Amino acid sequence: MSSLSTKHLLGIKQLSVQDIDLIFSTADNFKEVLNRQIKKVPSLRDITIANLFFENSTRTRLSFELAERRLSADVVNFAASSSSVSKGETLIDTVNNILAMKVDIVVMRHPHAGSAEFLSKYVDAHIVNAGDGTHEHPTQALLDAFSIREKHGDVKGMKVAIVGDILHSRVALSNILCLKKMGAEVMVCGPTTLMPKHITSLGVKVSHNLREALEWCDVANMLRIQMERQEIKYFPSLREYMTLFGVNMEILNSLKKPVTIMHPGPINRGVEITTEVADSGQSIILNQVENGVAIRMAVLYLLAGQVN
Amino acid sequence: MQKRLLLDSTHFEITIKRLCCQLIECHDNFSDSVIIGLQPRGIFLARRIHKHLKELNANANILIGELDVTFYRDDFRRREIISASQTRIDFSIEDKKVILIDDVLFTGRTIRSGMDAMLDIGRPSKVELMVLVNRRYSRHLPIEPDYIGIQVDTIRSEKVKVHWKDTDGEDGVWLLRNENEMNVPEK
Repeated sequence: MSSLSTKHLLGIKQLSVQDIDLIFSTADNFKEVLNRQIKKVPSLRDITIANLFFENSTRTRLSFELAERRLSADVVNFAASSSSVSKGETLIDTVNNILAMKVDIVVMRHPHAGSAEFLSKYVDAHIVNAGDGTHEHPTQALLDAFSIREKHGDVKGMKVAIVGDILHSRVALSNILCLKKMGAEVMVCGPTTLMPKHITSLGVKVSHNLREALEWCDVANMLRIQMERQEIKYFPSLREYMTLFGVNMEILNSLKKPVTIMHPGPINRGVEITTEVADSGQSIILNQVENGVAIRMAVLYLLAGQVN
Repeated sequence: MQKRLLLDSTHFEITIKRLCCQLIECHDNFSDSVIIGLQPRGIFLARRIHKHLKELNANANILIGELDVTFYRDDFRRREIISASQTRIDFSIEDKKVILIDDVLFTGRTIRSGMDAMLDIGRPSKVELMVLVNRRYSRHLPIEPDYIGIQVDTIRSEKVKVHWKDTDGEDGVWLLRNENEMNVPEK
């Protein structure tokens, strides 16, 4: 008998190691369900989930929606661009109006850091953070760690390099917190301008040299350059970034050991990684996408267990 | 807590062998039949039955699987979350005769979940139910077993616990009774 220690999934910060282990073991079971002829279980048939996306998303929104439907939940979707938000409605009003329609769980993506936590204090529903600004993206970190565990047997003791735009990345922060909790060593690597100040306070190594990071790590998580969040130029050109921090087959083949390549998507092919690397045997990018549904099913299932 | 032994290890073994003989009578060489044990405790009976059947009929290829029903339970959100166990069925059950196996049949709700879970994996031609212990007069659903180890008459507050030599040290079936609850009338 086991349940999460938290009512909401706001970030990795609030999860204990036991919570993460429980999510992983539950996701193992859902992964088996996803390989069945009928990829659906009836557990959440009396639960309603609202997906509120105040920011663009394809993969995460689809993954959550698929996870919800495969648990037999009723699903309502909401995109900010086609809603009353554009008419000036506040976040709390929008969500309370949706909750008045008897919604049990809210999955929210929002451009502002801390919005999920803010919402959890003011509305009576279980909140799942699907990305809040540059703060956290907990389900992505969980599915990344789950994919490492699947590929290498355990997260503990693994050396993981997170490469790219660390400054603007909620994936980076959630990944660092999750991997450290699970006993992995983490190195962040990227241009000095895309490295947050005081990043070492999170207990990570820092490198500005891709080769050094790749030679050190067992797994490299290649982050996307987030042009939409960059108001100023952080590096001279994409071409220069690609030359200094892009992974190609040449550099991968020159390493002493095979490095597992991950990417949270969407990939800028030819920038962070080349097409050959993305499609190579060392890449587990599509496994990450597959595992995303199982992890989200596990999170929603465990939170729904607390719905009165 | 009072304990009463319902089946000792000698009779336990005899009962398992008798159940195997009944299965062979009905399923011959198991060419169209498969065994599926329900997680978490039914798998021990399924494995033991499978082992004995192999001993009795060494040439037969008897398929065995393990099915978890956690996500199909009807008491989700009505009690603490139960940790799910693994489902391992690496064969098709389409048009097969499935023998579902559990250790104790009580209200019938687990078996209902098991049948729903199984039908999501495929469409068997027939489903039969085997239990080691049938707790009579306790059913919430119209479900009855085809193969029964022993029958017991119990009240709701009592518990029936099956011990397995592999995990609990010795085979045996025990009736557990909480003394404080002995005189509580059944709802």
